[in-house]
Amino acid sequence: MPHQIPVVAYLRLGDPPHLTSAACTRCGALYFDRRNACARCFATDFTTRSLANEGTLRAFTFVGRAKRPYVSSVVALDGGGVVKANLLGVDRPEQVTPGMRVVLDTFVAGVDDEGTEAIAFGYRPLDGAPGGGAENDHGGTR
Amino acid sequence: MSGDDVWLIGAAMTPFGRFPDKDLIDLAADATLEALADAGTTMADINVLALGNVYEANSHNGQRLQKQVGQTGIPVYNVVNACATGATAVRVVLMSIAAGESDIGLAVGVEKMGKMGMIGGAAKPAAEKKVFSPKGRYGSVLKTEGVLGTGLMPGVFAQAGTEYALAHGVTATQFAKVAQKNHAHSVHNPLAQYRKEFSLAEILSAEMISYPNTLPMCCPTGDGAAAVVLVSGTRLRTMDPDVRRRAVKISASVLTADPWSESGQVQPDVNTLTRQAADAAYDKAGIGPDDLDLVELHDCFATAELLHYDNLRLCEPGGAGDFIDSGAPWRDGKTPVNVSGGLLSKGHPLGATGVANIFEVATQLRGEAGARQIEGARVGLTHVIGLASACAVHILEAGARR
Repeated sequence: MPHQIPVVAYLRLGDPPHLTSAACTRCGALYFDRRNACARCFATDFTTRSLANEGTLRAFTFVGRAKRPYVSSVVALDGGGVVKANLLGVDRPEQVTPGMRVVLDTFVAGVDDEGTEAIAFGYRPLDGAPGGGAENDHGGTR
Repeated sequence: MSGDDVWLIGAAMTPFGRFPDKDLIDLAADATLEALADAGTTMADINVLALGNVYEANSHNGQRLQKQVGQTGIPVYNVVNACATGATAVRVVLMSIAAGESDIGLAVGVEKMGKMGMIGGAAKPAAEKKVFSPKGRYGSVLKTEGVLGTGLMPGVFAQAGTEYALAHGVTATQFAKVAQKNHAHSVHNPLAQYRKEFSLAEILSAEMISYPNTLPMCCPTGDGAAAVVLVSGTRLRTMDPDVRRRAVKISASVLTADPWSESGQVQPDVNTLTRQAADAAYDKAGIGPDDLDLVELHDCFATAELLHYDNLRLCEPGGAGDFIDSGAPWRDGKTPVNVSGGLLSKGHPLGATGVANIFEVATQLRGEAGARQIEGARVGLTHVIGLASACAVHILEAGARR
């Protein structure tokens, strides 16, 4: 198996892969990036929290003007945290429904000149894939 | 005409479009000289200047402009604040007057974008040898655009639209109707970059840029400038009757940035700061949404305009889809929105936009808008929002009864 690295530090490639977040120790606000102080309550101490792999789709768009068209989405994770990532396994806007449940999946987003694979994450519809079959997502292999 | 009020006495804009024969300062000077003439004044009178520009913001364009129109030693504020840049320049002049440091000032917004492609979509040169190593505050090993969703403007405003659509049942056709309206409005505006009407079917079947926004549902890039001359109420009282008769009162000027929200770190929240700015402006002016005769709002994408019907309280909460269906924001409707053609069709030279929409509303309130005049317009609102984020709302009122 080739060496793998997450595309962003807040993706952990453990078993199973999942997201982590910096959490403000005073107010609990979550941040995927490093913060100097909490933008909500101004405290300066943070801890690391693991986030849920399942959530609810909040927004999406089918990006047409791109080398490889893809679907972007905003997902509200169960138990807290809102994340942006590609929506996988969905071909048509009509397949996206209000309150749609999704689950995290990973795929290879690129390989560097030393053979290291960059692993990205996206979200797939839970409770059975929507109709259509064919997938236009990036990668799709776990 | 209270001494504490700030009034607009001059306004101008260049046509928006692509002008390869003019440089940035040519455009700014064109708008400046026309606004000064409109105000019946010259640079000799002006005692503060603010210049808004985004893409050449480190070039001290306010001073460069002075070298072309008049170097009188007055202070210059070079302003950049995303797509709210022009409106922020207006507000800088307004604050200077309100603080009593100046009593007559000039605000200019200018941008030269040419045909630069999708806003925020400029390509970066590739590295030579590719070895993944975590960089920046997210520890990212590659460009995440297109890998972890999209953060480019077309995608951001598309997702803002679908979030509203999923919550309130808005359809792709309802979003397209916004573009149909604004392109139809621009036919009456000789200053607009595009003056071509589109059918709903043409809009829906055009190239999909980022669902639900097709090409005619995205604003173009372009060149242009706009300028306004503001005075204190005290100064205005000393001015020529013709200037006083055409003066437009700035009844509210509000600037906000985005407050913290959980989702704001991954998807800019274009709603909350707009709502806060609008509510503060209505409160300051003592005016409500029902009092507005016209609105020029920030329709960078068709989805954005629909959201702002709700954010600016023009419709019932959640009712923006019904609002466009009802015809209310058309030029003959209850609350005409973007009778200039809006960003979608008039154009969006970033730094100029926030001044140009004040030009539009002021021109309408003066009854001088020609073929696009909304008859009897007395009160208007302007709104711009730029991602970072910054939002400016101004409420303008006609002065003495004509």
